Amino acid sequence: MSEKRSAFLRGCKNGIPIAAGYFAVAFSLGISMKRAGITAPQGFLLSFLNHASAGEYAAISAIGASASLLETVLVTCIADARYLLMSFSFSQKFSPQTSLKDRLLCGFGITDELFALAVAQPSYLEPMYFYGAFLTAALCWATGSVCGIIGGTLLPERIVQALSVALYAMFLAIIIPQGREDKVVAGLILLAFVSSGLLAHFLPQLSEGTRVIILTLVLCALAAHFFPRKEEGR
Amino acid sequence: MNTWAYILVTALTAFLIRTLPLTLIRKPIRNTFFRSFLYYVPYVTLAVMTFPSMITAAGKLPAGIAAFVLGIFLSYRWLGLLPTAVFCCLCVFLCSLL
Repeated sequence: MSEKRSAFLRGCKNGIPIAAGYFAVAFSLGISMKRAGITAPQGFLLSFLNHASAGEYAAISAIGASASLLETVLVTCIADARYLLMSFSFSQKFSPQTSLKDRLLCGFGITDELFALAVAQPSYLEPMYFYGAFLTAALCWATGSVCGIIGGTLLPERIVQALSVALYAMFLAIIIPQGREDKVVAGLILLAFVSSGLLAHFLPQLSEGTRVIILTLVLCALAAHFFPRKEEGR
Repeated sequence: MNTWAYILVTALTAFLIRTLPLTLIRKPIRNTFFRSFLYYVPYVTLAVMTFPSMITAAGKLPAGIAAFVLGIFLSYRWLGLLPTAVFCCLCVFLCSLL
């Protein structure tokens, strides 16, 4: 029992730096939530259950635009598609004795950063370690969203407007450095910007969610066909 | 439609995406097209979400364009998530004072 407890606490400790970074991203998501009319309790639950920046942003846009539930499901699938890949490779980190309950709960906790933390473990993943890290990070993430929603209500409009670009700036900070490393990604980003701008301008009746779905499917299929990635040594 | 319905639906979708491969398929994917496709997805998705929404979020067009260009420049210089965000917010705020 005490071994499990120490694994849990070790997870909590390693989750702290992740949690700190999450707070800022979640705060800017909270600003967008406020604009879409999402209340603080709703925002807390949305963030705790989804804990994904792109996925939640897609959900917020859908709520703000009163999109259909089918479109909401599709755009969530697209925005969270990378977790599918992570889930595949995550399965290799579990000892064969791991229970279904632990597999489901650990899978639920997958985020980019927590996945990185988990696969960095030298041997099989201890579920308790992962729960510690997840709870620390996810509670901070959900709290950050609530602070963003409340901040968006209390702060003057001029400041809220300035803060509302923070999320997009963070998106840029995620994709642009990879574009610098990988020329195919750089070309894709540029193509995505241009085609998204053109579609938004000439087909404004197309919702943002639909735009994300169509462009992601088309551009990524083209890229995967013409520039397949070499097998990584995993 | 009720916001709670959206929350439930997105949470369930996200849960299934994260747990289905982990519980059902316990072998790594070998298909190069599928692996490459999933590798490229986040970049295109985030790029489409960022442009042109970032420009319109700022309120005024010049402020939005300035923040977008600054954001690309700063992230190209590996400034990191938080500093890039702070400077872009400052940029929009200063533009609103002009």
